[in-house]
Amino acid sequence: MSTGAPLPQDFFAAFGAIEQVPAPWDGSEEGLWTLLQAIPDPEIPAVSLVDLGIVREAHSEPATRSAAVVITPTYAGCPATEAIRQEIVRVLKAAGVADLRVELRIAPAWTTDWITAAGREALQRFGITPPCTIAGNLPRALQFRPACPRCGSHRTEQISAFGATPCKALHRCQHCREPFDYFKPL
Amino acid sequence: MNTPAATHESTIDLKPLGPQHAAWVLRLADGSLVLSQRLSEWCGHGPVLEEDIAFTNIALDLLGQARLLYSHAGALEGQGRDEDAFAYWRDESEFRNPTLVELPNGDFGQSVLRAWAYVSWQCLVWGTLAKSRDTALAAIGAKSVKESRYHQEHLGNWVVRLGDGTEESHRRMQTALDYLWPYTSELFHLDAVETAAMDTGLAPGLDRIAEIWTANTNATLHSATLTVPAPTPFLATGRQGRHSEAMGYLLSEMQALARAHPGARW
Ligand SMILES: [Zn+2]
Repeated sequence: MSTGAPLPQDFFAAFGAIEQVPAPWDGSEEGLWTLLQAIPDPEIPAVSLVDLGIVREAHSEPATRSAAVVITPTYAGCPATEAIRQEIVRVLKAAGVADLRVELRIAPAWTTDWITAAGREALQRFGITPPCTIAGNLPRALQFRPACPRCGSHRTEQISAFGATPCKALHRCQHCREPFDYFKPL
Repeated sequence: MNTPAATHESTIDLKPLGPQHAAWVLRLADGSLVLSQRLSEWCGHGPVLEEDIAFTNIALDLLGQARLLYSHAGALEGQGRDEDAFAYWRDESEFRNPTLVELPNGDFGQSVLRAWAYVSWQCLVWGTLAKSRDTALAAIGAKSVKESRYHQEHLGNWVVRLGDGTEESHRRMQTALDYLWPYTSELFHLDAVETAAMDTGLAPGLDRIAEIWTANTNATLHSATLTVPAPTPFLATGRQGRHSEAMGYLLSEMQALARAHPGARW
């Protein structure tokens, strides 16, 4: 159960994210969002936590240089959630947030509909087809044939409903024959 | 556990809805954890790589549910027990999962059928929680139902594929169905804890899900060309803490590390 245990220091390095020293925080809420926007998702480092819709709220108290951030897990059992929390703490502390509170909130439940346009583009460039935007209608969403991220063909088939991470399914393009990941609508 | 699964507790009123409130939440949590443990036994043993990955993914989602539910039960109980205390430091008679989820895996078809029966029930329970007076539990239900519906879809497809497959796969699925089905009645048995959950507004409409579950599962089993066994008077007793002989082995494997190295960290 201890998926919440501290992760090795080099966890993010192992996933290709570089431990950058963030620019100093100016104390504003906008500055907080800028810092959060630069933090990559540990499992899909091409996309930021903000663009995945994981960061729900950010509040600042400039006078005391304190901040509060609300995040939501993608999947209830996603082991990356704790890594995400730790990375937010590391980055914001390094940027000069004196007092930081990171709250994990499950309601309202995360949905792939919260992934931003920039996030969808980044997924596509990374070789992961972004989710269809009808997550609320699962029967229809399951009928949806995602386009191949390489050649754009919709002649694709599912190889596996579950993939390398909880959020992905494995598909194959029948046109260019390449397999690809599909970000499941949730 | 060094950090709670979620701190949603801070925003809600934690007054239990009656003395059985935490007990009912624990039944749900135990069901998720024990099925997660069973499914994870398939890791590295799946018949094909894709299903190996599917089972471990479903196991992980169930573990996530269990963590949220245990944290919530601990907060309701107010005695400082965290998720690890519930998972690793209770003995067999303190676990209140239905017997169905602890039964040995059997072959792949039996594992599929058992998990499908349970997640189909879970989908309906999460649905009833949408109207729960326990808003934290409603949030857990709203989070979980999205994942459970994927599980139900995937496992249900396999039930049909194997049931309506080869002569051998059909025979095995019918055997598994005959073996497992008597255990499902425990899911719908309205004892004092279940009745209290209904009456206090914790899980309104709990008495209506048996009918829906039966209709849903019968439809799939029919597509799978399987014969639904006739009801029997047998009633399993896992939820009362009286488990099958399989439970002790399951727990000894699951709890061995935590008990051999108390407080161990990664
Ligand atoms: Zn292609």
